[in-house]
Amino acid sequence: MKAIEIAEKVSSGEISARSVVEQHIEIINDIEPDVNAFNLVTAEKALIDADEIDSKIASGETLGPLAGVPISVKDNLCTRGVETTCSSKILEGWKPPYDATVIEKLKEAGAIIIGKTNLDEFAMGSSTENSAFGPTRNPHNLERVPGGSSGGSAAAVAAGFSPLALGSDTGGSIRQPAALCGVVGVKPTYGRVSRYGLVAFASSLDQVGPFANTVSDAALALEVISGHDPRDSTSIPEKPLDISGVLDDGVRGMRIGVIEELSGKGLGGISQDVLSRVEEAIKVLSNAGADVESASVPASVYGLSAYYVIAPAEASSNLARYDGIRFGPRTEAATTAETMTATRTKGFGDEVKRRIMLGTYALSAGYYDAYYGKSQRVRTLIMNDFAKAYEKFDILISPTAPTTAFPLGDKTADPMQMYLQDVCTIPSNLAGHPAMSVPFGSGADGMPVGIQILAPAMAEREMFQAAKILESESGNGIE
Amino acid sequence: MARLAQLELGEDELDAFTSQLAAVLDHAADLEALNVDDIEPSTHPFPLKNVLRIDDPGEGFNIEEVLEGAPKVEERQFRVPPILGDAS
Amino acid sequence: MVTALNSPEMNGWETVIGLEVHAELATKTKMFSSALNSFGGQPNSNTDPVSLGLPGSLPVLNEKAVELAIRVGLALNCEVQKSVFARKNYFYPDMPKAYQISQFDLPINKEGWLELPDGRRIGIERAHLEEDTGKITHVGGGGRIHEASYSLIDYNRSGVPLIEIVGAPDLRGPDDARDYVSELRSILVTIGASDGKMEEGSLRVDCNVSVRREGTEEFGTRCEIKNINSLRSLGRAIEYEAKRQIEIIESGQKIEQQTRHWDEAEGRTHKLRSKEEAFDYRYFPEPDLVPVEPSEEWIREISESLPPLPRERRHLLAEAIGVEPNETSLIVQRDLDNFALQAVSSNANKNRVLVHLENNLADGIGELTPEAFASLTAMEANGELTATQTKTVLSELVEAGGDPQEVAKSHGFESMDNSELEEIVDRIISEHSDDWIAFINGDDTERKKKSGFFVGLIMKETSGQADGKKVNQILSAKANN
Repeated sequence: MKAIEIAEKVSSGEISARSVVEQHIEIINDIEPDVNAFNLVTAEKALIDADEIDSKIASGETLGPLAGVPISVKDNLCTRGVETTCSSKILEGWKPPYDATVIEKLKEAGAIIIGKTNLDEFAMGSSTENSAFGPTRNPHNLERVPGGSSGGSAAAVAAGFSPLALGSDTGGSIRQPAALCGVVGVKPTYGRVSRYGLVAFASSLDQVGPFANTVSDAALALEVISGHDPRDSTSIPEKPLDISGVLDDGVRGMRIGVIEELSGKGLGGISQDVLSRVEEAIKVLSNAGADVESASVPASVYGLSAYYVIAPAEASSNLARYDGIRFGPRTEAATTAETMTATRTKGFGDEVKRRIMLGTYALSAGYYDAYYGKSQRVRTLIMNDFAKAYEKFDILISPTAPTTAFPLGDKTADPMQMYLQDVCTIPSNLAGHPAMSVPFGSGADGMPVGIQILAPAMAEREMFQAAKILESESGNGIE
Repeated sequence: MARLAQLELGEDELDAFTSQLAAVLDHAADLEALNVDDIEPSTHPFPLKNVLRIDDPGEGFNIEEVLEGAPKVEERQFRVPPILGDAS
Repeated sequence: MVTALNSPEMNGWETVIGLEVHAELATKTKMFSSALNSFGGQPNSNTDPVSLGLPGSLPVLNEKAVELAIRVGLALNCEVQKSVFARKNYFYPDMPKAYQISQFDLPINKEGWLELPDGRRIGIERAHLEEDTGKITHVGGGGRIHEASYSLIDYNRSGVPLIEIVGAPDLRGPDDARDYVSELRSILVTIGASDGKMEEGSLRVDCNVSVRREGTEEFGTRCEIKNINSLRSLGRAIEYEAKRQIEIIESGQKIEQQTRHWDEAEGRTHKLRSKEEAFDYRYFPEPDLVPVEPSEEWIREISESLPPLPRERRHLLAEAIGVEPNETSLIVQRDLDNFALQAVSSNANKNRVLVHLENNLADGIGELTPEAFASLTAMEANGELTATQTKTVLSELVEAGGDPQEVAKSHGFESMDNSELEEIVDRIISEHSDDWIAFINGDDTERKKKSGFFVGLIMKETSGQADGKKVNQILSAKANN
């Protein structure tokens, strides 16, 4: 069932929240052992929450727009009293003493958290193979990755464990798994959704966003979690989004640009079947009345390089606090310094260590200007090029991921190979613009393909309008 | 580098990491050719400024949950092994 | 003002000092979160996710801290500018995030100055905002870090707002350094930015010391000294360090740039680390915060709300009394300048005002009013009361208030008029004619002895009301006639 439907039927009393949760738990019990989307299924608590919702409805209370809707939450979002591990040993067993702002908003809206989903450790990765608790598998083909880092959330929605999920996107970590799992995934404008309670990876790039099976469900979820938060200094001073009102307005007259640097001409490595889906998407949008042309964002080709300096640099600083002193498991040694080192060495996985070292190097004396300093200028360049493109276009299109879901183990030997997965998604993180992936057909191997829609800052509504059109012609079964 | 990051790496890990890092940095080298000297660096996508908070305590926070979950606590403080050396 | 140490080893050498002062700002809540900024209390009671650096926590800047920082900048004649926060990364258990949020490239205040009581100006390079760390207690081994069996960490202080004031190396000796810190503290307290208590840790001083031969332009290599907890330690540490450096240079060696630790008990500095061992802080702009750009209007509002600063007050009082500004510094320091000005405008004797406020009113003015004080100083100046009598009346006025004339009367401190006094002197002389002849004919020693004798008798006769000086005058006059 769609989230919108569940909320309506639970609010009206037509179905009970408990029955909804029970149904989903059944599906989880059935399929989850193969998929491993969750680090923790909070079935008991979900049933208690469901009962509470049911009794509130029975006593005539009006509940929020997600009443009774089960939602899976990426395990890097703080949930009070519920283990939050970031799929890392260094946070194994840690229970935050507070809820992230988005979690508070979900609860207020009546949503029911059904579990914490698996991710690449500390959100660093594109396949969820970097999890300390085992990889998640793609529900469409269990030998393939679900993408990452929010692989668990994408898989949960794709497998029907919950109609909604929350993930985080720093370089494509919502959009790419959404594309690989055949679901909708949204990265909002930077600052649109509060980061308070999101365990930080790269602070100037991280954003929380929703996964859903339908565009309208994703819009609803984004409306609930968006809005200014005084606890996050980078939160934009805007009220929560209202997208549902314009969702069906269509794309007639919209100027849509296909980013040529990301359509195979600029960067290699984008597979032909993905590019064919993009061609088809263009036709759909044209037929719906949009003006579709080629667009250029020249600096986007530098996005990957700039990202792989900026993100690890910020991460190296953000992850310095994990030392076993105040929270999390501790590997005690003779001195405090040794304790910190031992805790970190034992607790962090390889990819995390790699990025911490990379980031430390990029910031160190003598190298700052050449790496971090330069990358921040490249960032400006990318922002400028986007701004120029958006003078001519209302939204932009590209593939979300260069390929369909690849087999587990395929890209783990060479980090560079894995990093290339993010080539289409990174530029919008650097620019801070919203972008989303909409499932659109499949590749030659039958695995899902996603089309990425990009919009200028604050233009989520236009982005969703285009997404709705693509969805309606995508040939994907919506139900 | 490992010392700065408070990490300890075994010999072979060190080798593997070094070559992996080199590969990534090579990639970053394509930035080298780019001349961006007269472009301002951006820390944030948007020019937000003056985000301030009123100097008011509000409801306060209950630290008991934190102390209960901490690795080692004594007399309401976080207990650690001997600290050698001073801070900066 | 002694600016060069005058021990023989210092001859020909000049000590150059630059001070870094950290002051805790007087806000209700911490720099980046609404946990309480409060001294004392149970460990870890004033903490929250932000000041503990818990995963997912984010900083939000305290408006009051910015306001106070601007106050400090304006009081130190700085330029207030757009500023950006930066992360200073290093590992130490009292730093919960393993980075301190501070300001690096763009501090909120830059390029100001502070005027010492003697009128010299000391450059202020910058004054920026940053957050404080937690507190570590070492257990076992007498509380010293090197012998402890374990340590305990309290994060109450973590996140408290600090302003770091970096002074230029314009100071030339321990006296300068102490005066600088006193003046700075006075300014900070006057404008309400900090309570400036070194003993409580709300004012901390790190000292950069170098030496050079007098007349040299170039600065010598400096060493930074930490762990200075009082003005006295500051002076001692500078003296020790200067001597240490001079000895090294005179023995033909070079000074190694180091950070050193002042050991109060042993009275010496120890090396902490050398420049090569210094941390690489890997500063970069804090991505969780946005720049602060105070409006012209706000800066002007703050500027207009500043109270008169110590320097202005010294100048004002000096003008009123007719002395040099540095002579009024003690009175301003004690916050008695307003009182003095009021007394002066009530026609007090200016000279006596200064003397009494410095010497006899150290504990405060209590119930004493400016008018009463003015009238008392006049009585003293024109001889109605002796110095001793004045003191007595003064303490009573301080304790219980009142009018000096009446208090004097109640003690029987009637001014003795001269004819009355002369009569008494004559009587005593006639009663002790032999001693009187000895006095007249005696040499200096003899005269001194005899005058003491007569003065004693006269004082006894007048129940201490006679003015000793006057008595001596009368005796001499009579003797010479």
